[in-house]
Amino acid sequence: MARVFMKGTEAVAEAAVRAGCRFFAGYPITPQNEVPEYLARRLPEVGGVFVQGESEVASINMVYGAASAGTRAMTSSSSPGVALKSEGISYCAAARIPMVYANFARGGPGVGSIQPAQQDYLQATKASGNGGFRMPVFAPSTVQEAVDMTYEAFDWADRDRTPVLILADGVVGTMMEPVVLPEMKSDEEIAAIKASKRDWACIGHKLDYAHRAWIQPGQWSTTKMQEVNEEADALYKSWKARSEEYMVEDAEVVLTAYGISGRIAKSAVNVLRAQGIKAGLIRPITVYPFPYDAYDRLDYSKVKGILDVEMSIPALFVEDVAVAVKDRCKIETCLCSGGNIMSRDAVIAAAKKIMEG
Amino acid sequence: METNLCVAGFGGQGVMSLGKFLADATCNSTDKNVTFFPSYGAEQRGGTANCFVVISDEDIGAPLGDVMDDLIVMNGPSLAKFLPTLKKGGRLFINSSIVPDKIDREDVTLIKAPVTELALEMGNSKVLNVIMLGVYVGYTEVIEPAIVWDTIEHKLASKPKLLPLNKKAFEKGLELGRAQR
Repeated sequence: MARVFMKGTEAVAEAAVRAGCRFFAGYPITPQNEVPEYLARRLPEVGGVFVQGESEVASINMVYGAASAGTRAMTSSSSPGVALKSEGISYCAAARIPMVYANFARGGPGVGSIQPAQQDYLQATKASGNGGFRMPVFAPSTVQEAVDMTYEAFDWADRDRTPVLILADGVVGTMMEPVVLPEMKSDEEIAAIKASKRDWACIGHKLDYAHRAWIQPGQWSTTKMQEVNEEADALYKSWKARSEEYMVEDAEVVLTAYGISGRIAKSAVNVLRAQGIKAGLIRPITVYPFPYDAYDRLDYSKVKGILDVEMSIPALFVEDVAVAVKDRCKIETCLCSGGNIMSRDAVIAAAKKIMEG
Repeated sequence: METNLCVAGFGGQGVMSLGKFLADATCNSTDKNVTFFPSYGAEQRGGTANCFVVISDEDIGAPLGDVMDDLIVMNGPSLAKFLPTLKKGGRLFINSSIVPDKIDREDVTLIKAPVTELALEMGNSKVLNVIMLGVYVGYTEVIEPAIVWDTIEHKLASKPKLLPLNKKAFEKGLELGRAQR
């Protein structure tokens, strides 16, 4: 397959179309405006529907509606916009609505800055809305990964009837890189996917009480509510985490980072290795579920310390790292914030400091 | 082997297109990894615009490096802003029509091209970025000139009237770049 040179946001949008997404609603916010811009043109070409909603809240609820009717549906935004969508995301999780959304994260808190950041880690992985639900969260570090994850996210969402989040950032969104695009799903395949949702989705049922589709973001009965949550919890526990482990076998200093920081940390490992320093990397590919087991595979008789690398102040991702490491070695941080992009030189210096003890 | 390039100038001088043409051509014609990363912000007319291109045989870490191997400067304010990021022994390409060529660093190689004036002589001030792209490719040979031209031709396919002028601009740039090697 030939590679094409694409911007992260546009590549994610195209991957969604190829995965069979036929409904998108969104509201403008930097740095993800090319997603709605691209889909406004592209979706009508394939018989899909694009809506620029009057707000983030309206957009996520349109996705809730379209996905309830069995259509593969998506929204995207950036940090403050995603926060506004949180009610709808929670409703989708509660009603077990499959949908995909992307966060091209920017600086925070509040309106923050429009440049790239990773300040939404806890929101994305622990509380994307009220009520204590979970969902798969992918963390792409390249445009190719963002494409592949988006394509897969629709299958995961449908299989488990869950929202799936692509937690990207302003760098992955605005940079251009070569990508190989996935295959376009045919109209027949898309129709078959929709038909497979007939037992729960609102796609034409008799009006009698027993047979009609119920989309319910809550339960009147406490017993039923507990049952629903137990069922969801069993589902969450069945999900497998994914990670990239790079040169960790003999590592004396282990860098750990996700998304854009992950690729910068990986290039730092290469520089450190070239200088004779035994560095390695653990990069979570899913940040929920979190790949705690990857940290269990380290040889702690050799590891002098872990370096948490993230574009967030305060450090957030480090909380999951600490749970994974379980005090088996020290953890230091290398941080930046405000829209500044992680410096590889800073990462290298911080790793060397750990080696010096 | 990895090359980090920063292209900087006024908004409207085509610095983004310059970077994109180069990066796109690299993607289309080689197995190398390449990234293009634009600056964005609360941009305003007359402000600076800049982008970063990384071309590498290895996986690319940050799409903007800590230090630049090459720097293309299209206006004065960009020189002040980005010269400190250029590595020792780095290559500095300036639009000598409007950028003063007295550089307060002796550890860099200076390549000059009066691209604003040349573009005006060609009858269209907008082609200054294509002339500069030619200078860069001609001097560095980072990628085959013919491949870069194919990419420009493809990108301008909807405006065929502009092709002869851009061809002339690119070739003028190549000539100027090669002459300074």
